[in-house]
Amino acid sequence: MSNTKKILVDPLHINNPITLQVLGICSALAVTTKLEIAFVMSAALTFVLVLSNVIISLLRNAIPPSIRIITQLAIIASLVIIADQVLAAFAYQASKQLSVFVGLIITNCIVMGRAEAFAMANPPGAAAIDGLGNSLGYSLILVVVAFFRELFGSGNLFGIEIMQTVNNGGWYNPNGIMVLSPGAFFIIGFIIWVQRWISPEVQEETN
Amino acid sequence: MNFSNRYIVLFAAGLCLVLSSIVSTIAVNLKDIQDANKLLDKQTMVLRVAGLVEAGAQPTLEEVAVYFETIDTMVVDTNTGELSPFDPATMKIDPRKDAKAKSLSKRTEGQWAKRASIKSIAEKQLVYLIRTPGKECVVFPIYGNGLWSTLYGFFCLKPELDEVVGIIYYEQKETAGLGGEVENPRWLAQWPGKKALSPDGELLVEVVKNGKVIDPSTQVDGISGSTITSVAVTFMLEFWFSEQGYGKALNNIREAIS
Repeated sequence: MSNTKKILVDPLHINNPITLQVLGICSALAVTTKLEIAFVMSAALTFVLVLSNVIISLLRNAIPPSIRIITQLAIIASLVIIADQVLAAFAYQASKQLSVFVGLIITNCIVMGRAEAFAMANPPGAAAIDGLGNSLGYSLILVVVAFFRELFGSGNLFGIEIMQTVNNGGWYNPNGIMVLSPGAFFIIGFIIWVQRWISPEVQEETN
Repeated sequence: MNFSNRYIVLFAAGLCLVLSSIVSTIAVNLKDIQDANKLLDKQTMVLRVAGLVEAGAQPTLEEVAVYFETIDTMVVDTNTGELSPFDPATMKIDPRKDAKAKSLSKRTEGQWAKRASIKSIAEKQLVYLIRTPGKECVVFPIYGNGLWSTLYGFFCLKPELDEVVGIIYYEQKETAGLGGEVENPRWLAQWPGKKALSPDGELLVEVVKNGKVIDPSTQVDGISGSTITSVAVTFMLEFWFSEQGYGKALNNIREAIS
């Protein structure tokens, strides 16, 4: 596998930021009750992560090491505010539902993790691909979790009724835990298990 | 690499300057669109609760403006009950913001204020008189605390204020799928036709625990699994139609719309 392809594909599976590095869990719990919101959140994170990686990579030789963390944070925070403002202007309904979570991308460890671990040491092109790969890895998990939570928690997908719930005069009795954060924990745990079963090489060695 | 202290300070200052100018330029330029979105969203909700626009339909800015030409927005003085026309060009009234300003708000008291967790409200509130022939009604803004969040909505009554036309919530952060069901059109559909206020202004309609409806003319079935959010709806209605809320203005409103 070529190096570029490896940078892009690794974070999707064998080095996934959520299921293997266990980063960005907070938003994976919070914004996965509906698929639509998970998609908007993924798009916002992709925007922030790719751009922050590129900008930090461009500046990597100019950033003084003693203030590099706060420099990264300032750049990421600015991008997050921009994403938040743009959503409020052009995707008002989605931004209303995401509320504080777009702002909380700042605290998403994936973004600073990639800035510190990759962008500070690699050229902008590779950093962009790394940012994209990690965003996609994050988005993949978010969408899978949201798929199950929306389907079993409210009987819908993208807000379209799939299984008619009892509240709406149908037969499906929604699974209450799916709409609460613990539901996301169970699904993420399940994904981690399946992933390690498919690719035993990612399992940690036991002592 | 070694960087001098001078370089570090200049780098930090330069970075802050560049980033803050980019962020503020974007924020300032987008503010008008964002405000327009908020207003459109709120006005759409007024039209929806009054039954002028169907649930789920999103009218354009122009369509909403056409509707609002026929709607009288009135300022209610909650202390005296007086009504006066609202002129957005000359008056700055934002009840939600004013509730926090000392000079424009009043402290609330009594059990309903406590139960709805409303500490202070703006003295001047806005109500909407809808005069579309055959669909005349009055839209009252309401809000109050549920389980996690403040629920903001509109309550719409027939001109005599004796019958509910509808209720709607446009902003809440209750548990999605449980308390969040206050936005479910099927739950909201129970409301139209319920007895609203008695002639002397007593609130008749109430939300009861799921499955405990005895008198369907006044009782609304609560949401299963979210009793706190359900009864919060009753609490905020009790508060807003008490003497501290719209209570003193009810007769004036009846007169103004008929």
